[in-house]
Amino acid sequence: MNKLKAQYKRILSDYIQSQNESNLYIGQNFIKQLIQKNLTPEDVIDIHKQAIEEIYNDLPESMLHAYDFLIEVMVHFGLMFKEHQSLLIKQEEIRIEMDVAAKIQNLLLETTIPNPKDLDIGMVSVPIRKLNGDYVHFMHNQNYFSVAVTDVVGKGVPAALCMSMVKYGLDTLEYARSNPSYVLEVLNNIIEKSVDDSMFVSLFYGRFDLENNIFTWSSAGHEPALYYNSTEQTFYDLETKGLLLGILQEVKYNQHDIKLNDNDFLILMTDGVTDFREMEEFDSRGYIKDLALSISHLTAQEMCEVIYEKLQELLNFNIEDDFTIVVIKK
Amino acid sequence: MDSKSTVEIITELDIVAARRLGRDKAREIGFNKVDQARITTAISELAKNIFLYAHVGKIVIEKIEVNEKTGIGITAIDRGPGIQEVRKVLEDRYRTPDSVGAGLPAVKRLVDSINIQSKIGLGTKIKVVKWLNQG
Repeated sequence: MNKLKAQYKRILSDYIQSQNESNLYIGQNFIKQLIQKNLTPEDVIDIHKQAIEEIYNDLPESMLHAYDFLIEVMVHFGLMFKEHQSLLIKQEEIRIEMDVAAKIQNLLLETTIPNPKDLDIGMVSVPIRKLNGDYVHFMHNQNYFSVAVTDVVGKGVPAALCMSMVKYGLDTLEYARSNPSYVLEVLNNIIEKSVDDSMFVSLFYGRFDLENNIFTWSSAGHEPALYYNSTEQTFYDLETKGLLLGILQEVKYNQHDIKLNDNDFLILMTDGVTDFREMEEFDSRGYIKDLALSISHLTAQEMCEVIYEKLQELLNFNIEDDFTIVVIKK
Repeated sequence: MDSKSTVEIITELDIVAARRLGRDKAREIGFNKVDQARITTAISELAKNIFLYAHVGKIVIEKIEVNEKTGIGITAIDRGPGIQEVRKVLEDRYRTPDSVGAGLPAVKRLVDSINIQSKIGLGTKIKVVKWLNQG
């Protein structure tokens, strides 16, 4: 310690005499040694104070008091600074944990887009944070293709945990031919029983009868899907008044049928696609309709990607929610 | 033989009184200016905790001599609500929203040892020791 003090005093007095850059450079390099010795800011000020005292033996008393004051406040400053650093380390640990969680979630919720005859299906799902609160579930057999688009109200870890449960709920209803209203009723009971009261899930469930081209759908408080009827050249909202999942026990859901003809298409999405907090007045659904129509010659996957890109541009790459869109083309 | 000095913590002014007493004692024992500042800051945080959470309590300051080692011991005693999880209060950022101090993690960094005894509903006793650096 005394050696360090002597070194510091020499570097300081060199600087006071000549004030050149190399003295400053040496001074900054010297700080490394102080760090190695685990010195705190107040220690450094104390070394400085003692050096000054020795260099100028006529230093006014008031100046020494000023140094003492600085030492005193730096004790607290040093503590706050250390706390801040230890929090940064903790934050890093949490970040690593979140990365692991995101990987696990990706494995759990992995969906492969099926390829049923006569249908072209595309999907884009991008979480706003590391973990996704949206989820798309596909099922497919000889006669039926079904799709669930879900959105947990909320984001991040709580939403992701809830989503795992929704996924296993859907897995247990493994028959692609199940009625959409039945699927919603069963899921509602599972979620109502097992999830915290503040957790709600919106879900759009559709089942396509591959033989008769009938699309049957039901919705639990979900963003209405868009259905483009190519014969009429008109968009329809697929909307029901179904309650969000997880609010009440024994809720009944209605289901509806539409017949899909060639060149018709459906756009299923979560509210992350249409809710722009920054642009409340903006008719986002109208924008999506126009855009979809102008690119309906593309494949379903390309359509999803273009819509995602265009909306990102529109929002200055600042989408504020989990974003999920599914396009089904007949 | 050094006697113990005690400051009752009732108002915020008593925090300053405890600081003053602690600094005098630290100087008397032979701590340098920087360590005086550390000891005083530790006392300040302990007294502030009493004032904020237990409302009433006391700070006891004493000189300690064990096996040719000399140091200062500070004991904060209150009959406040007690600490639920001692391990947690020693982690950074365990604080209530209205808390203003740097808290116990800071106190721990300023001294050589810390010992916390707490019973829910009965109170808390925190003893910290800082040794005089030989050489």
